[in-house]
Amino acid sequence: MTDAPLWEVFIRPRNGLSHVHCGSVHAADEVMAIQAARDVYTRRGEGNSIWVVPSDAITASDPALKEQNFEPAMSKIYRHPSFYEIPEDVGHM
Amino acid sequence: MTDQPAFLELLLRLGDDCLVLGHRLSEWCGHAPMLEEDLSMPNMALDLIGQARSIYTRAGEVEGKGRSEDDLAYLRADREYRNLLLVERPNGDFAHTMLRQFYYAAFMEPYWREAVASSDAALAGIAGKAVKEIGYHVRHAGEWVIRLGDGTEESARRMAVAVDALHPYTGELFAVDGVTDAMAAAGVAPDPSALRPEWDATIDTIFADAGLRRPEVAYPQLGGRQGCHGEEFGFLLAELQYMQRAYPAMTW
Repeated sequence: MTDAPLWEVFIRPRNGLSHVHCGSVHAADEVMAIQAARDVYTRRGEGNSIWVVPSDAITASDPALKEQNFEPAMSKIYRHPSFYEIPEDVGHM
Repeated sequence: MTDQPAFLELLLRLGDDCLVLGHRLSEWCGHAPMLEEDLSMPNMALDLIGQARSIYTRAGEVEGKGRSEDDLAYLRADREYRNLLLVERPNGDFAHTMLRQFYYAAFMEPYWREAVASSDAALAGIAGKAVKEIGYHVRHAGEWVIRLGDGTEESARRMAVAVDALHPYTGELFAVDGVTDAMAAAGVAPDPSALRPEWDATIDTIFADAGLRRPEVAYPQLGGRQGCHGEEFGFLLAELQYMQRAYPAMTW
């Protein structure tokens, strides 16, 4: 049982929000993975929808490429939409 | 309530089933074969113990002698317990535990579904909450019965052993007597014998996928409803009641 495949678990806390990654479980297949995720991650009313994804189906970025991937964005604050006057009628954005 | 003694007896049967099975499941806490099940089984145990608390509270009201849920859970002797022999069976291996859970839950799901319409408002309320909890127990334990029965050579062997060991205890689920007859006639609770076809169908559906056969039992094991329990039950109660027996009226 302990050599069961690994699944990544995503929970949606409320309608209208996105599923958010919250951890992983071991399970023999997708049916058992949903049940395990329910038992492990929704015991305190954390959500109303669960996704499980085989961990090996996720392609991750290479940590060694962190500088190439993410540092160039750090110096480009003009990409943040914070240089516009927002008309009062628009209200809170 | 026209038939108070029968209603009290019915509530003790239902409450004792929940408490004893909940206690058995709780024995797995920290010992499950995988972390996920180490949370799942106590989850189910807490569902059952929660149901037991509500049922005992109602039983105390019906009895009218001021006994609380704790008095009923901790201060009765073994012969006063009315639970099914099935739910007190020792955990055995994981296959035994999942099959026992599946047998019980597959009976209680239709039972609670019908009890939602109980003429007793308190029992109807308990049933409304319990039917959702027990529905998950059927699904979870049922999926394990399939995966172990249709799994490896070793898991299939263990599940087949569990079926042989536990099936003789399932006849008691459907046993009728004066109490069940009176409660069914008063619209308080379903007639357990009427739930047998649905239970058989649930078992057969899962067993078909699991590669298991539902055995014919010539002589079902009975006695729990009359307070005649197996010898392991004394050990269960000794652990369950230890604190209240050693330190009477203790609280925390």
